[in-house]
Amino acid sequence: MGDTSKNYRLNFLKEVEANVEEGEWVKMCMQCGVCSGSCPLGKFWDHPPQEIFMMIRAGKRDAVLTSNAMWMCTSCYNCIVRCPRELPITHIMHGLAHYAQRLGLAPAHQPTAKFAQLFWNNLMKKGRVNELKLGVKLYFMNGIGEGFKTSLKMKDIGLGMMKTKRMNPMEVIGGHALEDVKGFHAVMQKAQELEDQRLANQRP
Amino acid sequence: MTAVIATNETILVVGGGISGMTAALEAAETGKQVVLVEQRPYLGGRVTQLYKYFPKLCFPTCGLEINQRRTKQNPNLTILTLAEVTSLTGSAGAYTATITLAPRYVNERCTACGDCATAVEAEFADEYNYGLSKRKGAYLPHRMAHPARYVLDPAIIGTTDAEKAKAACKYDAIDLEMREETLELRCGAVIWATGWQPYDAAKIQPYGYDRFPNVITSVEFERLADVNGPTGGKIVRPSDGKEAKKIAFIQCAGSRDRNHLLHCSRICCMASLKQATYVLDAFAEQAEVNVYYIDLRSIDRFEDFYNKVRANQNIKFIKSKPSSVVADQDGNPVVHGVDTEGYNRYAEPHDLVVLAVGMEPAVKKDAFPISVHINREGFIEAAPENGGIFAAGCAADALDVNRSAQHATGAALRAIQVINRVARAEV
Repeated sequence: MGDTSKNYRLNFLKEVEANVEEGEWVKMCMQCGVCSGSCPLGKFWDHPPQEIFMMIRAGKRDAVLTSNAMWMCTSCYNCIVRCPRELPITHIMHGLAHYAQRLGLAPAHQPTAKFAQLFWNNLMKKGRVNELKLGVKLYFMNGIGEGFKTSLKMKDIGLGMMKTKRMNPMEVIGGHALEDVKGFHAVMQKAQELEDQRLANQRP
Repeated sequence: MTAVIATNETILVVGGGISGMTAALEAAETGKQVVLVEQRPYLGGRVTQLYKYFPKLCFPTCGLEINQRRTKQNPNLTILTLAEVTSLTGSAGAYTATITLAPRYVNERCTACGDCATAVEAEFADEYNYGLSKRKGAYLPHRMAHPARYVLDPAIIGTTDAEKAKAACKYDAIDLEMREETLELRCGAVIWATGWQPYDAAKIQPYGYDRFPNVITSVEFERLADVNGPTGGKIVRPSDGKEAKKIAFIQCAGSRDRNHLLHCSRICCMASLKQATYVLDAFAEQAEVNVYYIDLRSIDRFEDFYNKVRANQNIKFIKSKPSSVVADQDGNPVVHGVDTEGYNRYAEPHDLVVLAVGMEPAVKKDAFPISVHINREGFIEAAPENGGIFAAGCAADALDVNRSAQHATGAALRAIQVINRVARAEV
């Protein structure tokens, strides 16, 4: 019979269940593949969701966590709508991406990861998203040269938005904020403390 | 007026499909009085609409004929067609059922000569062929209909067509004065055999049943293959009548899906394997069949059939639940998805797509006339609280014909036990 413990290990599945948001759903996948076929960006992924779930069960920890697959999810929810077992696939993908990021395993220069970080940093400052600053940051995400090129390309749209009052150029200085920014920061700090505590307790 | 003699020792069977017929005959042949109520104008239910049975590929007409002869020979059995149970009250050993009889407008003098159908002009979608063909306003539902009596469509009553039908009848069998009747009868036990219906394929939005004419259901395909069906047994596609040589079968269309039916419908795998043989019979080497599946359910002796079908080079099995079907410029349905064995993305054009639709209980959860234990899938579950009501066949679970007949025989025995208790108490 041989040693079955080696080729039938569910350690990584258990790790996912414990650490990934909605990870406990992974074992419910019946490998029908309707999610993969329904994903509008599916052909650009390293591994479609169905394969990711199988890889988790097969214990392919590194291959899953360093993959760019879950970073390609655009939250269109096609997969969730069609999944015959109602797996929250979109949420699992984001959960996996977050977990990989936390462990520092996310692929370097992953544009979605970069954008997510920019968005988060932007939001954390004033409790409101400063779209002008976020846009500029996004344009210059890959260097000054490309930043100017993109800015020039988008110039007309930007001016149009200003003209129709969809974008306020004054946002560059400071920008709008929550009424109680201090309180907001306190809330976020507390939340971070609780999360750190939770993670510390989780480690064996 | 229809007169039915029934007592507390009578068994009422609701539904005259293969399960109801079997239960009614088994009970009647033990000497019990049985009243069989059927909503359609004929007995046999959905089995009459099948071309062949799996796995033996024999014809259902054979077994139906035997059952029909049994009904004709049995004096203990009363058959009410075009009849519906509208209320049911009481408890085991003492039920009262109210039955509504729709008018047939044709009496027992009918010889099924067909002169009325020739005379009538109006045509309607033929429900027997799932609307794939037309029938006259005076019609015999199908060639082997039992009772072998014509029916007038209520829509022609009051029109000149009705008068034409009456005038054409040499046997004075057409009675335009027939009206809906209601009768009340007593019974000691009830066998509930209301069967199933195909799941509404239009609800499976990505497969486009409501948008593409060349996406059809498995029950419709069964009619296409039947030599007595709307195409005379030619497997052609609805949009342009072109021979459908390359056919996709999509399994679990509505079944095992929390958006549709929770349960596995149990019959669809074998039904599609069977239907794949229809395509081979029709087109031999030119046949190209793709079966898209999640898992295949063909247990016990069915596995031999599966292995035989699987061995054929013209039939391919693709382990994948397709994500969508779209039509190309020529009206060919293209099946899209990613397979599970290799994660290959495919976009495969076919002449015809057949959706292996699931079995849904024919009676909705809240439409039962009396309280019975119904499970979350909508089937009747055996329970003490059901009293003298016993489900038979597909009212109890998704079953094939063989298992329906077995299940119905079991239900007959349960009903007989109740009647025997009543009989002992009354002596």
